[in-house]
Amino acid sequence: GMMNPACRAALEAALRIREAQGGEITAITMGPPMAEEVLREAIALGADRGVLLSDRAMAGADTSVTSFTLARAIEKICPRFDLVLCGCATSDSETAQVGPQLAEELQVPGVGYVEEITVSGRAVRMERLADHFLETLEMDLPGLITVTTGVHAPRHVPLGGLQAAFDAADIVLFDAASLGLDPAQLGVKGSATTILGVNSPAAGKKNIVLTGTPKRIVEQLFESFDDKIGGAIGKDLKRDKKSS
Amino acid sequence: MSAKRRAIWVFGDYRNYFQNRVTLQLLSRARDLAKKIDGEVCAVVFGHWTEEWVDDALSQNPTFCGVVGEYIAHGADKVYLTDHPRLAAYSMETYALLMERLAKREKPEMILIGATTFGREFAPRVAKRLGTGLTADCIGLDMNDAGLLVQTAPFFGGNLVAQIVTPERRPQMATVRPGTFQEIPHDSCRTGKVVKVPLPKDLPADRVRLIRVEHRPPRGRKIEDAHVVLCGGRGLGSKKKFAKLYELAELLNGEVGATRPVVYAHWADHDALVGQAGKHIKPQILFSFGISGAIQHTAACNGAKFVIAVNKNPNAAMMKKADVAIVADASQFCTALIQELKRSIR
Ligand SMILES: Cc1cc2nc3c(=O)[nH]c(=O)nc-3n(C[C@H](O)[C@H](O)[C@H](O)COP(=O)(O)OP(=O)(O)OC[C@H]3O[C@@H](n4cnc5c(N)ncnc54)[C@H](O)[C@@H]3O)c2cc1C
Ligand SMILES: Nc1ncnc2c1ncn2[C@@H]1O[C@H](COP(=O)(O)O)[C@@H](O)[C@H]1O
Repeated sequence: GMMNPACRAALEAALRIREAQGGEITAITMGPPMAEEVLREAIALGADRGVLLSDRAMAGADTSVTSFTLARAIEKICPRFDLVLCGCATSDSETAQVGPQLAEELQVPGVGYVEEITVSGRAVRMERLADHFLETLEMDLPGLITVTTGVHAPRHVPLGGLQAAFDAADIVLFDAASLGLDPAQLGVKGSATTILGVNSPAAGKKNIVLTGTPKRIVEQLFESFDDKIGGAIGKDLKRDKKSS
Repeated sequence: MSAKRRAIWVFGDYRNYFQNRVTLQLLSRARDLAKKIDGEVCAVVFGHWTEEWVDDALSQNPTFCGVVGEYIAHGADKVYLTDHPRLAAYSMETYALLMERLAKREKPEMILIGATTFGREFAPRVAKRLGTGLTADCIGLDMNDAGLLVQTAPFFGGNLVAQIVTPERRPQMATVRPGTFQEIPHDSCRTGKVVKVPLPKDLPADRVRLIRVEHRPPRGRKIEDAHVVLCGGRGLGSKKKFAKLYELAELLNGEVGATRPVVYAHWADHDALVGQAGKHIKPQILFSFGISGAIQHTAACNGAKFVIAVNKNPNAAMMKKADVAIVADASQFCTALIQELKRSIR
C-alpha cells in the first residue's frame, strides 16, 4: 500500500484500542488529491471513515503549519475526540515533528515514541524507551500519542478489502475555504522555514577501483591494504599469509 | 543601555551524560557560529542536583562544578540554570514551558537541540510555542552572508541535501544528531557566567504522569565505537546472504551495521541501523556491501577513516565516497573474503 510504515503503526494501535474498548476511528491526512488512496487503504484496514485535507494553498507546509492545519480540521470534524494517534518512529518519519506540534496545537497532553498503550476508562498508560530509560507514563484523555513502528506487526488488507473500500464513499474532503482557514496561514506561505537550495552532497574523492573475480579482488585488496586491514583488526595479515 | 549580545543557545541534555555527548558537540559548533556573529554561547540546563551529575574530581576549577562546569569547560560563555526538585526527572511539558518563558524573555538568535529521543520531541514543542521554524536532523550548520543560520538537512529520499533558513522568525532552531559535530576538549581554565533562573511559581502540574522509570543502559559492544564496521544493504540480496556479515565480523573483530531497507526486511535488528535514524559510526575501516549511499546513511559514516565499498554498480554514490571501490557481487565477494581471511588469520 501507499501508507508509510509510521502511519500504519499508528492505525494498528488504533485498531487494537477499538478491539478492546470500542470506539470509532477517523483517518485524516493532508496531502494532494491522490492521498485519498491512503485513506482508502486505512478504511480497508478497518478505519470507519477518512478525511482528506487538500488544497493548493496547503502545499509545501512545514511541520508547524501541517500541525496547525490538522488541528483546525480535527477541531472541526471531531471536536470531542478521545485520542489522536500519529506515527513517529525514528526509523522512518521525515521529521517526527508533526505529532508533538499537533499536541501543542490541540492543547492536549501528548507522549512520543510509545511502544505499549493500555486504555482504561479516561486514562491511558504508556510504555516507551527513551534515551535508555524505560518509562511508564500515564495521562488523561483526550490526548495524543505518537507510536513507534515494529511493536505490533501491522495487519494486511483483507482480500477484496481494498475494492470494497474504493466502493464505499466514506471519505470527506475539505479545502481551506470549507475549513474556514486563511490561505496565507497555510502551505508555503504560512511556513517559517524557507528552502534556499537543494543539491547533491559533496561529490566523490579519488579512489581505487578493483574489478575482476571476487577471489582475485580479495587478493589485490590484501596485497595493497593488508597493513590497513591488519592494523584495524589488530592482527598481522601479511606474515600469516607468507607462512601459509 | 548597551545592546545585548546575540546569543546562541544549546539545550543542556545531560541525561545519560557519559554516552550522550551531543550537548558538548553542539557547544563546539555554537562557538564557531558565535564567532561569525560576535555572539555568545549559552547552555540552558533544567534539572535537579545538576552539580552532581558529573564527577568533578578531575576538574581544576572549584567555582564551577557538575553539569554547569562541564558545559563551561566545553565552550559555554553562560549557563542558564533552573535547579529544583520538581525537575528531578525529565518532563516534557514542564521543560517546554521553562524554555518557552526563558526564550521569550531573553530572545536568543538560535536554539540548538540534540536529537536524542527527548530532544526530538522537545524541540518541535518549543518551536511551536515560540512560533518559529525548526529543521530536523541537520548534518551541517553554517552562517551565510546575510547572517542567517543555514541548516543543511537531508531532503527527499536521501540523495539530496537542502539548505534551509528561517528568514524572519526568531529564534532559528535546529535539531542535530549525536555524532555530527566534534566536541572541543575539556578546558577547566575556561570561565563563564551562571544565571540562576527560579522555577516559576505558577507552574501547572504536568498532565503526563511518570509512573515508573528504569535505566536500561545499552548492552554489549557498541557499533559506534567499533574499529571495524561491516555495513550491509539491500544489494546483499537476502537475509541468508546478509548473515555472512556476522561471520565476517567474527573474523575481523568488527560489528555489523545495516541500512534501513535491510532493517525493514528484518535481515538485521533495528539496533544495527546506521544512519540519520540510527547510529553514527567512526571506524578505522568501513566495509560497505551492496549499499547505494543515500545521504541518510552516509551522513552517519563520515567519521570512517577508510572505506571499502562493494557494489555491482560502479557509479553508486557509496562507490564514489569509498577509498577502494570494488565492482563485484556483494555476496560473492563476501564469501571470497571470508575464505581468504580464514586462511590468512587462522
Ligand atoms: C527520513 C528518512 C530517514 C532515513 N534514515 C535512514 C537511516 O538512518 N539509515 C539508512 O540506511 N537509510 C535511511 N533512510 C533510507 C535511505 O534514504 C536509503 O533508502 C537507504 O539507505 C538505502 O539502502 P540500501 O543502500 O541498502 O538500498 P538501495 O538504495 O536499494 O541500494 C542497493 C544497492 O545495492 C547495489 N546492488 C544490487 N545488487 C547487488 C549485488 N548483487 N552486489 C552488489 N551490489 C548490489 C545496487 O547497485 C545499489 O547501489 C532514510 C530515509 C528517509 C526518508
Ligand atoms: N500531511 C499529514 N497529514 C496527516 N498526518 C501527518 C501529516 N504529516 C505528518 N503527519 C503525522 O505525523 C507523523 C510524523 O510525521 P513527520 O513529522 O512528518 O515525521 C506521521 O506519521 C503522521 O501520523
